Amino acid sequence: MADSITLQVTRYRPEEESEPTIQEYDVPLGRQWSVLDGLNYVKDQIDGTLSFRWSCRMGICGSCGMTVNGEPKLTCGAFLTDYAPGPVRVEPLANFPVIRDLVVEIGDFIRKLPSVQPWIVREEERPVSEGEYLQTPEELDDYQQYSMCINCMLCYAACPVYGLDPEFMGPAAIALAQRYNLDSRDEGSRERLDVLIEHEGIWGCTFVGECTAVCPKGVDPAGAIQRYKLTAATETLKSFLLPRGAR
Amino acid sequence: MTRRTVEPILWLLFSSGGVMAALFVPVLLFLFGLAFPLGWITPPDHDHLQAVASHPLTIIVVFVVFVLCLFHAAHRFRYTLYDGLQIKHLKELVAVLCYGGAIVGSALSAYVLLTVA
Repeated sequence: MADSITLQVTRYRPEEESEPTIQEYDVPLGRQWSVLDGLNYVKDQIDGTLSFRWSCRMGICGSCGMTVNGEPKLTCGAFLTDYAPGPVRVEPLANFPVIRDLVVEIGDFIRKLPSVQPWIVREEERPVSEGEYLQTPEELDDYQQYSMCINCMLCYAACPVYGLDPEFMGPAAIALAQRYNLDSRDEGSRERLDVLIEHEGIWGCTFVGECTAVCPKGVDPAGAIQRYKLTAATETLKSFLLPRGAR
Repeated sequence: MTRRTVEPILWLLFSSGGVMAALFVPVLLFLFGLAFPLGWITPPDHDHLQAVASHPLTIIVVFVVFVLCLFHAAHRFRYTLYDGLQIKHLKELVAVLCYGGAIVGSALSAYVLLTVA
């Protein structure tokens, strides 16, 4: 096995170039080196001007998402040996504006996320003296997989609908809305429905399913959206058929 | 307040059409497209089939399957045109053509089913 591998990294330095360029770096092909380790080697040993985001190195923080050989990946979980003999193409996440090199502007997602209120909404908080909100293991199972989302935005990079129409709420935000809708302690589903029932909410989704395919945490946003479509469609039918008071 | 749009209704038609297409169409295709013509299964004789096909219940079931499948196709094709050909600005025209096609197809299938019976 060769002892090094070539990274073809997208560079973009807005102060000196108007278009992104590709720069090649040879990095050691360590047996347990991830693409992120390769990038950190470049940053430390070869070229300190390379910019990229990372933090935890263990698939928890969700900040090292990039496009590796055309696929959205957490670079801490993508291993160089799997791409040997290379070269490995490393690009910024698709569908987001690039700030510099591999760093993208995530403001759009950060603004959308709170609009679905991804936290437990209570009509009335119970006083602490009455104890915890209890939940059975079955009630936990209802939402647990959606709670694994780490906001890494790989699903946004993979979603062709989001690429065409940035107004679309997007997979992670809807899956997180569903995570709280399905939580037995939550009472905010009506407020979330008002946001998600808009065309830019769930109806933008055409069920391509790439969000679920690329999710590094095994969340199924595509499934969450389809389930939510059924809820929303049922609510709409009710609003057509029932008088206001009965809803 | 829930906003009243037709999109949820169209999606319900699309969704139930998908179920119909997945459950019934493969069976019908297998029986009438492969098994009967190739002699894997002995087909019922003509009178028997005619009696089954002209029973009101059969007509209703087959009609529902056809209509939902047509609306499923119309909805899928509408979004394929929007996103595949990037013609979202022709929204109304595409919608009229797709769902209009499904309505015309539904009328045709009603006509065929009723003349067979």
